[in-house]
Amino acid sequence: MRKVSAFNFAAILLGVAFLYLPIVILVIYSFNASRLVAVWGGWSTHWYAELIDDAPLLESAFISFRLAFVSASAATVLGTLAAVALVRFGRFRGRLLFSAMIYAPLVMPEVITGLSMLLLFVAVAIDRGFWTVAIAHTTMAMCFVTVIMQARLVDFDMSLEEAAMDLGASPLYTFVAVTLPLILPAVAAGWMLAFALSLDDLVIASFTTGPGATTLPIRIYSEVRLGVKPEMNAVCSIMVGVVGITVIAASLLAKLNAAKGIQARPQT
Amino acid sequence: MTRQPKRSFAQKLVIRIPYAWLLVFFLVPFLIVLKISLSQSALAQPPYTPLIDFAAGWHGVTAYLAALSFDNYALIGSDPLYLLSYMKSVEIAAFSTLLLLVIGYPIAYGIARTPRRVQAVLMILVMLPFWTAFLIRIYAWMNILQRDGPLNQLLMALNIVSEPPAWLATDTAIYIGIVYSYLPFMVLPLYATLEKLDESLLEAAADLGCPRWKVFWLVTLPLSWPGVLAGVLLCFIPAVGEFVIPDLLGGSQTPMIGQTIWIEFFGNKDWPTAAAVAVALVCLLVTPIIVFQYQAMRAADRG
Repeated sequence: MRKVSAFNFAAILLGVAFLYLPIVILVIYSFNASRLVAVWGGWSTHWYAELIDDAPLLESAFISFRLAFVSASAATVLGTLAAVALVRFGRFRGRLLFSAMIYAPLVMPEVITGLSMLLLFVAVAIDRGFWTVAIAHTTMAMCFVTVIMQARLVDFDMSLEEAAMDLGASPLYTFVAVTLPLILPAVAAGWMLAFALSLDDLVIASFTTGPGATTLPIRIYSEVRLGVKPEMNAVCSIMVGVVGITVIAASLLAKLNAAKGIQARPQT
Repeated sequence: MTRQPKRSFAQKLVIRIPYAWLLVFFLVPFLIVLKISLSQSALAQPPYTPLIDFAAGWHGVTAYLAALSFDNYALIGSDPLYLLSYMKSVEIAAFSTLLLLVIGYPIAYGIARTPRRVQAVLMILVMLPFWTAFLIRIYAWMNILQRDGPLNQLLMALNIVSEPPAWLATDTAIYIGIVYSYLPFMVLPLYATLEKLDESLLEAAADLGCPRWKVFWLVTLPLSWPGVLAGVLLCFIPAVGEFVIPDLLGGSQTPMIGQTIWIEFFGNKDWPTAAAVAVALVCLLVTPIIVFQYQAMRAADRG
């Protein structure tokens, strides 16, 4: 058993506190009965109740969830394909460009991704709205999915697939019956992270959106630009809850996945 | 050069579908940005001189080439507003990356020294906020940093300050926001290298009479260099182009470059200038981005 020194312990404790305290404070303030931040007016769910009557906000929330669902699904399919191509197919023409295009969006400032996407849509004269944001989010999220799936596929036991094919299964059937069930937790984790990314994005959505597709982050941003509002504390607390649960589920799945990976490996 | 194996149609599709998607929605848009940065702004919809007119044949191409202009780049070079904006972005990104390294290293080091089972839980704890609503986490700081917000209340109660200082609309607030949002980005790669560190090397150094700070300086730090580099790149590159943090927490004196692009685009509706500012930003970041990609690819190949 390794000993944890006082210094290490303090570093971890302070770090975790720094990461979580602001969110805890936000949630506490969302239950503040007073409109003023400085005054604690007792516990109240007043601001949450007020949200139910805010039709534009609810509509934005609905759009955001639909958008996250669509783009996460597309990103998962594309990202998984890309990961299979990178891990399984060895060399192919343009591989370097391909992996460059996978890693670049991970660090590219969002302002640039958003601007370039928008200029593409304008150049081909597509009306901007729900689907243009969906395409933009799919492109951004698929790269994250690829990285997750790559990590899973690298330590995938190929002999399982070979066994299925030796027994006469077609490549497609092997993928559906053997590979997919084994990588499913990673697929699900990738989907959820893509969902969280889409639900959260302000900059790319602002560039690529059009009339009738105001997402929740765009709505929240326009409300909070000029200052703190108690209603927004409530909305943000709900968002933290939803995204938090999604991500915890995703990381549990990823853990399950890692455990499965060990199980699937033949014991030597 | 090894011969490429023959691939079935289905296998070709597996490569080509995501490849085509990225070409169309990632690479082509960049080329369009480059193209528009070379056109003149016009009072039109969209507000720039038109794209190449292939219908007019060769004449269309020559007319297009004649119309290319570097005016937008000349403007960026001559107007101190843009230069100041770039300099401020690099300065803020560089200094906050340094802060992140100083804060993130002890955390990553501490986590890597805990028992295995605890490590997994701690890393989930660190990574969780990264996925949890970026905009909202910045908004949470707007609450805290307000003039009569909890931070000033605490400082006043502890008699550290007598007057509530203004935090919002300062560079300090931008630093707090960047360090807060990017900390998981820094801790993750640092942890990944520190966790693999062979402890017998540290013991060997200690056994040979090396003081602890020197063990860290001569053994631990050099061995964790790949993690340091990955963390620095992962934080520095996006921080240079950051928009939300300076916009919500920062002041209005000098905008960061991400804000400048946003203002040119949404405020001034000057698309060619916005595109030129964006191209210049990519040029600024191209070296760190290539180093990052090289690292990431090597890491992915190692598995």
